[in-house]
Amino acid sequence: MSQSHYAVDIKGLSKQFDKSDPIVIDGLSLQVTKGEFICLLGASGCGKSTLLNILAGLDTATSGTVEVSEKPTLMFQDASLMPWLTAGQNIELALRINGLPKAERRARAQELLELVHLPTAFNKRPHELSGGMRQRVSIARAIAQERSILLMDEPFAALDAITRDFLHEELMSIWKRTGLTVIFVTHNVREAVRLGQRVLLMSSKPGRFLREWSIELPEPRKMDSPEVATLASEITNHLRDEIKRHG
Amino acid sequence: MVNNENNSTELGQLSAGLDALETNSQRKDPLYTKVLRNLGPLLALAIFLAIWQLLILLKVAEDYVLPAPIDVFHALQNQWEQGALLPAAWNSLRRGVQGFALAIAIGTPLGLLLGLNKGLRLVLKPIITGLQQLPSVAWVPAAIIWFGLSSKTIYAVILLGAVPSIASGLSSGIDQIPQQFIKVGKVLGANRWQTIRHIILPAAFPGFLSGLEQGWAFAWRSLMAAELIAISPALGTGLGQLLDAGRQLGDMSLVLGAIISIMLVGIFVEKVFFSPVRERTLRVRGLK
Repeated sequence: MSQSHYAVDIKGLSKQFDKSDPIVIDGLSLQVTKGEFICLLGASGCGKSTLLNILAGLDTATSGTVEVSEKPTLMFQDASLMPWLTAGQNIELALRINGLPKAERRARAQELLELVHLPTAFNKRPHELSGGMRQRVSIARAIAQERSILLMDEPFAALDAITRDFLHEELMSIWKRTGLTVIFVTHNVREAVRLGQRVLLMSSKPGRFLREWSIELPEPRKMDSPEVATLASEITNHLRDEIKRHG
Repeated sequence: MVNNENNSTELGQLSAGLDALETNSQRKDPLYTKVLRNLGPLLALAIFLAIWQLLILLKVAEDYVLPAPIDVFHALQNQWEQGALLPAAWNSLRRGVQGFALAIAIGTPLGLLLGLNKGLRLVLKPIITGLQQLPSVAWVPAAIIWFGLSSKTIYAVILLGAVPSIASGLSSGIDQIPQQFIKVGKVLGANRWQTIRHIILPAAFPGFLSGLEQGWAFAWRSLMAAELIAISPALGTGLGQLLDAGRQLGDMSLVLGAIISIMLVGIFVEKVFFSPVRERTLRVRGLK
């Protein structure tokens, strides 16, 4: 199993929270190659977050199989830093739980803060940082766990456009350096096209895969480039059709 | 390679600029707020003393009913010179702190248990709420019958006053932890003990702290009630016993002096211990 070149292998996954509830995810299959960057796109109620929760081990599937090469880490829309710890200590907590000896934690946490361009943030409390800075600390914390799969649940949705652009660049640069497998969930079509090697469009209620696109645009991509815009508008049309179906 | 480095410096510069723009500088309190915060209590004290002195000047009551501020001061000075005041205050404070420490040692694990185990909480919470409603001075007669006039009686009353507050403060602190923190703990791979140690306890700390503050207030009140009622040479002299001595002697100056001393010890503990811890907790978490 560990020989598989898939980081994530999902077969026939279904999820229903309760017998009387509607089916959230319906017979979904997905293979993600190690080192791949995929974006899951869908309107509300497509089970994107549920899927990530199942992959992260926070929830269980009702039926089907989910194989992951390693327990993934998960980033949320809100940075979810512990408010009683400094930025550096938040990263140190991840290192500590990961079993890094005490003597090495501080230096490693500082190194990770530098990786996300926050060299002076170690002693800052989360509330002293802007939303974008908090999300970067959260990226650093995720990397601190040294997992090879990173799940991201609309991590930049609450940020302004410029900060988000910057974080896109930062995320791409980290992805290229580390070879992480990234599953990035968003409802922003351009963001998906900007980041993903593959974009999968999900249907809502129940969640299934409708279509997928391989994005072969060269890096660095820009959210507002004509190539991204063209592909994004094609995908958006499919997304709108899907949303209209529920009207 | 060169291109890569350029890209990295540009990201760095962009990041520095964004961060500088997005970080709000902390707003400072205006000067008059600061001055008022420090002078306010002194001003209140001055007004209080002025009204008191005015009542004396107007001779609204006989001086054995309402002694002048200076008489109360002299009564306290007298106790001080006899070497009675400081040991009495120390005695009470020591007993209060020891009893309170014991209450923390019992209330903390109890609160943790209640916070973590919903079934247990459903069963025990009504009992604890009931105990919190009961003024613990009501336990003094019972405690005297159980333990006699010994320090056990005093500690029992302090514990019955403080433990329920501490336990219920911690358990409701745990109750109010956002689920997101627990989720993050799971994502980080924390085991049960790590979750309690690194997430649940620190996240519940503000609730625990208000439980401690309420617990101390109850402990100090219970202690004074116990000292007023349980009087025996074996128990030594505390501020409560000093107050009762004043009553027995019909010495109103001493009575008021003892009351003021009890209040001052309470304020002292609040200012020296609770207030800084609370301020720090709120400031660190950005709640203030």
